[in-house]
Amino acid sequence: MLTYIVRRLLISVPTIVFVSIVVFGLQLLLPGDPALALAGEERDPQVIAELRRMYHLDEPIWRQYLIWVGNVLNGNLGESIRLKMPVGELVAAKLPVTMQLASMAILIAICIGIPMGIISAVKKETLLDYGANVVALSGISVPSFWLGIMMILLFSVNLGWLPASGFVKPSESLSQNLQTMIMPAIVLSSVTTAIFMRHTRSAMLAVLRSDYVRTARAKGLREPRVVFRHALRNAIIPVVTLGAIQLGELMSGAVLTEQIFTIPGFGKLIVDAVFNRDYAVVQGVVLCTATGFIFLNLCADLIYFLVNPRMRG
Amino acid sequence: MVATTVAATDDTLIKRPNAFRRLMRRKGAIVGLVVIILFVLIALLAPLLAPYDPTKTNFLLVRKPPSAAHWLGTDEIGRDLLSRMIYGARASLQAGVISVMIAIAFGVPLGLMSGYAKGWVDSLMMRIVDALLACPFLILAIAMAAFLGPSLTNAMIAIGLTQTPIFIRLVRGQVLAVTVEDYVEAARALGNPHLRIAVRHVLPNIVAPVLVQATLAIATATLAEAALSFLGLGQQPPEPSWGSMLNVARQFISQAPWMAWWPGLAIATIVLAFNLLGDGLRDALDPKES
Repeated sequence: MLTYIVRRLLISVPTIVFVSIVVFGLQLLLPGDPALALAGEERDPQVIAELRRMYHLDEPIWRQYLIWVGNVLNGNLGESIRLKMPVGELVAAKLPVTMQLASMAILIAICIGIPMGIISAVKKETLLDYGANVVALSGISVPSFWLGIMMILLFSVNLGWLPASGFVKPSESLSQNLQTMIMPAIVLSSVTTAIFMRHTRSAMLAVLRSDYVRTARAKGLREPRVVFRHALRNAIIPVVTLGAIQLGELMSGAVLTEQIFTIPGFGKLIVDAVFNRDYAVVQGVVLCTATGFIFLNLCADLIYFLVNPRMRG
Repeated sequence: MVATTVAATDDTLIKRPNAFRRLMRRKGAIVGLVVIILFVLIALLAPLLAPYDPTKTNFLLVRKPPSAAHWLGTDEIGRDLLSRMIYGARASLQAGVISVMIAIAFGVPLGLMSGYAKGWVDSLMMRIVDALLACPFLILAIAMAAFLGPSLTNAMIAIGLTQTPIFIRLVRGQVLAVTVEDYVEAARALGNPHLRIAVRHVLPNIVAPVLVQATLAIATATLAEAALSFLGLGQQPPEPSWGSMLNVARQFISQAPWMAWWPGLAIATIVLAFNLLGDGLRDALDPKES
């Protein structure tokens, strides 16, 4: 077990190194002189020279990378030009909001997607199965930002049930927090629900055809017991690991959802940074998201290892 | 014995319908294909089909609901929504197809090289791919579009580059499977140079999965372009794109909800069509399905 964890951790190290190169390399995409881009409207040669010195832009590129990595390892992700705050602090402030949104979304996806997948597999090629498949395919195809706008139109503008935008901290009022977060969470969960449904369905179909399920049926066990005790326990293993990976995907999807519902999270931070040419924040968010994603992948592998008896054997 | 085997193989070949016929038997795939052809025709014939100039404003017709003169209504500065939708199809399809072409142009040769060369080249390439895949697709595309500057071309480049690792990994996996086949060994034994083996013997045998992935990738790329344009990082005003139309519509949702209906419906329809076609192609090209 320990050997597996250590080996898996070691494999993650080069990936993180390459991620850091990719994130650092983003600034090479800036057209023209990066110092001019950082200076914005400012055209004073002295200011530009100072910026070049401050950000080590006069150094060779490999040295610039090493300085940047050194700073990151010391917890210094740079400073936001617009907000005049360390990027690390900004990320730490916004992350809990997005984490709450992503957690709510994954909970909704589990509660809807997995039962839908089970029903779809058990009632294969019936109206229920076709209906569930249509819902899943729509979940993958309908853009979340359109779904969000349509939900605002229905539940906020027409029915007046939920607020269209805004955010209230759970520490201030939990009920208001849930009111503002439920619609964004449903929108964010749409793709994940569809993915859970499709994976659960195919995993269940494979397991329901297996010999041990046939044996369980031949022993005269009742169908719910066969489905839940014998089939689902094995079919759910890949779906559980998928959950950890999907949590990472939801962090990415939150960019659009937070923008539609004006939620001050991680996603809104990167979009605002993009428009303010706050490149340090953009790099900081990409680096943190990618590192988080690698960590969640690692968790997915470890969960798979723990829940799958064959892996442990 | 040999004769029996050959006869059996021939018999199997006769019984097995080809992939195209299998594809044509799938209703979902046909619906998808018809919808895609329809959208392509709309995009190509936009100047003939659009009733008005998509960028022409008319302040007497601000936010008018659908009517006989303007079938889909007008927008916040009196532009005809139907004309903008028709021209918007160009941006969406163009972005979907071109970005996937960029991903294929980089991904296929790199994947081929990685899988064929093996050793340290493969290991290095896979670590780079792992790193790129670790960056969530949309966030990386947003970051790239931000650094490159907001425009449809840059959005296509950003989407194409972020999709490249998927093709590298896919092609590399297929190449590893194909290079152990007898016909590749035979080509090697005959003394063919590596480049010729890779291009003439390996590449044609990995086209099917690349085609399936490309179809599904167009769906993802179309959605990504709409997302980037929605955020203001894709198509720039006054040129129409479904994503940017939705972005504007969001601000007038209570006064002019029709502005949001059509672009969203169009994006969902074309993405659904590519997904249906991709699923159908995957099943039709899967040997297990025959």
